[in-house]
Amino acid sequence: MRRGITATALVAALALAATACGSDGKSDGGSSSGELSGTVTWWDTSSVGSEDKVFKKLAAGFEKKHPKVKVKYVSVPFGDAQNKFKNAAQAGSSAPDVIRSEVAWTPDFASLGYLAPLDGTAALKNQDDFLPQAVASTKYEDKTFAVPQVIDSMGIFYNKKLMEKAGVEPPTNLDELKSSAKKIKDKTGKTGLYLRGDDPYFFLSFLYGEGGDLVDAKTKTVTVDRPEGVKAFKAVKDLVDDGTAKTDASDGWENMMQAFKNGDVAMMINGPWAVADTLTGKEFTDKDNLGIATVPAGSAAHGAPQGGHNLAVYAGSKNLEASYAFVEYMTSVESQATTAGELNLLPTRTSAYAKKEAVNSEIVGFFKPVVETAVERPWIPEGGSLFAPLGIEYTKVLTGQTTPEKAAKATGDAYRKLLDGWK
Amino acid sequence: MAVHTSQSVVKAAGGNTARGRSRGTGTPPPAPGRIRRGLSTHWYAWTMVAPVVVVIGVIIGYPLVRGIYLSMTDATERNVARTIGVNEMPATYKFVGADNYIEALTGSQFLGTLGWTLVWTVSCVSITFALGMGLANILNRRIAGRSAYRMALILPWAIPGFVSVFAWRFLYNEERGLLNSLLGGVGVDGIPWLNDPTWAKFAVIAVNVWLGVPFMMVALLGGLQSIPSEQYEAAEMDGATAWQRFRHITLPGLRPVSTTVILLSTIWTFNMFPVIFLLTRGGPGEATQILVTQAYKFSFEINPRDFAQSSTWGVLILVLLMLFAVIYRRVLRTQGENW
Repeated sequence: MRRGITATALVAALALAATACGSDGKSDGGSSSGELSGTVTWWDTSSVGSEDKVFKKLAAGFEKKHPKVKVKYVSVPFGDAQNKFKNAAQAGSSAPDVIRSEVAWTPDFASLGYLAPLDGTAALKNQDDFLPQAVASTKYEDKTFAVPQVIDSMGIFYNKKLMEKAGVEPPTNLDELKSSAKKIKDKTGKTGLYLRGDDPYFFLSFLYGEGGDLVDAKTKTVTVDRPEGVKAFKAVKDLVDDGTAKTDASDGWENMMQAFKNGDVAMMINGPWAVADTLTGKEFTDKDNLGIATVPAGSAAHGAPQGGHNLAVYAGSKNLEASYAFVEYMTSVESQATTAGELNLLPTRTSAYAKKEAVNSEIVGFFKPVVETAVERPWIPEGGSLFAPLGIEYTKVLTGQTTPEKAAKATGDAYRKLLDGWK
Repeated sequence: MAVHTSQSVVKAAGGNTARGRSRGTGTPPPAPGRIRRGLSTHWYAWTMVAPVVVVIGVIIGYPLVRGIYLSMTDATERNVARTIGVNEMPATYKFVGADNYIEALTGSQFLGTLGWTLVWTVSCVSITFALGMGLANILNRRIAGRSAYRMALILPWAIPGFVSVFAWRFLYNEERGLLNSLLGGVGVDGIPWLNDPTWAKFAVIAVNVWLGVPFMMVALLGGLQSIPSEQYEAAEMDGATAWQRFRHITLPGLRPVSTTVILLSTIWTFNMFPVIFLLTRGGPGEATQILVTQAYKFSFEINPRDFAQSSTWGVLILVLLMLFAVIYRRVLRTQGENW
C-alpha cells in the first residue's frame, strides 16, 4: 500500500518535471514590436572577485539601454565552462543564450552546430574595425560564429621588490631564468618561478620558444613529437627538477596566484586576464611593484601564444534578437574601453586602442606589441581538443611518470587518432 | 543476488503464461491459470506495482539497452543526431559490432586502469574492514562515554560526501594545506600529496577509508551484539584466550554480516566516483583514474565526446561486477555457508 503511494507520487513528480521542462519556453525576444524583450542568460568565465565586477556592471548597462531585456549573469569557472557548455548544448537544455567562448573553443562549438551564425545580424557591426588576428578564430567554413571580446597573450609577471633584493633583472631567456632563480633563492629564500603544472596552455610558450608547435594545419601534419617538442618538455622538467620553478598538478591556478600575491615566488608566466586579480594581493598594494616582461626565450624564439575570448550565441537560444544585441553591446568600442581602463584587458577593435582608457593603461600598452607578434594557433575545430592529451603528458613529465621523449610521442599519437587523415 | 532472483521470477512467470495459453486452445474451458487467478485476486496489488515497473523500465531498462547498443557503434559528439535551434543534424554513426570491446580488451588503457581499480578496491575494502572490525570491538565493550565515541565515529557518514572530499582536498594542498603545515611544524618537508602519483594513490585510498569506516563499524557492531554472550562465558570457563575467543566465536559469529558488507563495499568502492573525481580528477596524469571516472571522462570531458567508448567501458564494468558477485557467492556456498 505504502509502496503504491510512493510510486504514484514518483510518477506524478516525474510527469510534473517533464511538463515543467516542456513549458520552459520564455518569450521569444519579441523584436516584431521593434523593442527587444526577454531574458538573456550570459555565461561569463572571467575571474571572480576582480574581472566579474566590471562585466556585471556592463551587463547592467545593457539592461538600462533595453529596459525590457533582463540579463541573467552567470559566472562559470573558466576551467569548467567548455565542458559545461558542451554537455548542456548537446542535451538541448539549460545552455545559456550567450557564452564567453575561449578562442580555441569557438570553431569546435561552431562545427558541432551549437552556435548561431552571426553574419548579417545585429551582433556584427563595423566588422572592419576588428584586429585580423582576433577575427581569425571566429570563422568556421566562411561563416562568422562569434565576436571577439578581448585578445591576449602571455608575459612574465615579476615582483619588482623581490627582484631588486636579489639583484636580478627580468630574465630574457631560460638560462638567465635559472641563474636568476638561484640568486633569488640565495638572497631572499623564495622560489624563482611558479610554473602551472595542471594546464598545458602554460606549456605553449616553452614549446614555441624551442621553435616547435602542436600541429601544422597548412600541411595537415602533427608536429608536437618532433625534436623541438621533446626539447620543450625537457626544458620545463629541468626548471622543476633544479628548483627554479614550483609547480602543482591539482590546484595550479589558486596556488600560483596565492604564491605570487603573497610574495612566495618572484615570477610567474601569465596574461592580462590575471592583472586585476594580482593587484588585489598584499604584495601589490603598491601597483608599481608589479613588473611585466616578455616571456623568456627558448633556444629559438620568444614564443607567446595568442589567446582571447569571443562572445558567441547559442543556436538554440529562445531570444536570438536580444542575444545579438547583447553581444554587439559587450563588444562595442565603449565596452572595450571600459574593460581596458578598469581591468587592463586588450581590446579587439582598432578604434578602442585610441580611447584614453586604453592609452592610459601601461599594461595594455605593454601587451599590444606582444599580441601582434604572438604565435597564432590553428583555428581548426579540433583546436580545443588538442589540450587534453597534451595536459596528461605534460603533468606526467612534471611528476616524473614519463620521459620527455615518451611524452612527445604519446601526445603525437593521440593527435593522429584525433585528426583523421593527418600525418 | 537481486539480479538472480528477479530473473528467476520472470522466467517462472513466462513459463506459466505459455502453459496457460496452450491449454486454452483445447475444447474444455480451461481452469484459470495461476497468473489469471493471481490477477483476479491480487489485481489491486498489480495495479499498484505497475507504475514502479514502468518507472524502473524507463530509468534503468532503457538506458541499459541504449548503452549496450551505443557500445556497438562508433557514436561520438560529432555524429549523433541533434537539433539545436535552426541547426538540425541527422545521426551518421554506424554499427561496428564488437570492435569497441576488442579495442578495449586488447589495448593497454582499459587493462591498465582495471589494474589500478582492483588495487584500489582491494586495499580500500580490506583496510576499511580491518579498521571497522577493530573499532566495533572496542565500542562493543562497556567503556565510559561509549555513545559519544560512537557519534564521533559515525560523523564522516553524516557529512555529504562531496563536502568531506573538498575538506580533504584543502588538507592535502601542497602549499597551503593543514597536513603540510603540521609536518612543517615538526621539521619534515612537505609531501606532494596530490602531485606525486604514489602519494596521490595513497591519498585517495585514505579518504575513501575515512568515508567507509563508519558503515563497516556500525554493521559489524550490530553483528557483534547479536552474538550470544553465553558463548563467550562458556569459552572463558574452558580457559580460552582472548585471541582464541576472537577467532572461534567472534569471527564465525560475524560471518553473515561480514560477507554481506564486504560484497556491498566492494561494489561501492569499485564504482566510487566522487572520491577520485573530486579529489584528483584521476590525476596527476592518469595515475588515480579508475574505470568509472575514465568512462565519465570519455562521455563528458574529452573532445569530441566518445559515447561509444564510454558505453563500452560501462558495459564492461557491469559485467565485471556481476561476475564478481556470482563467483563470490559460489565460493561462499562451497565453503558451506548459506546466506
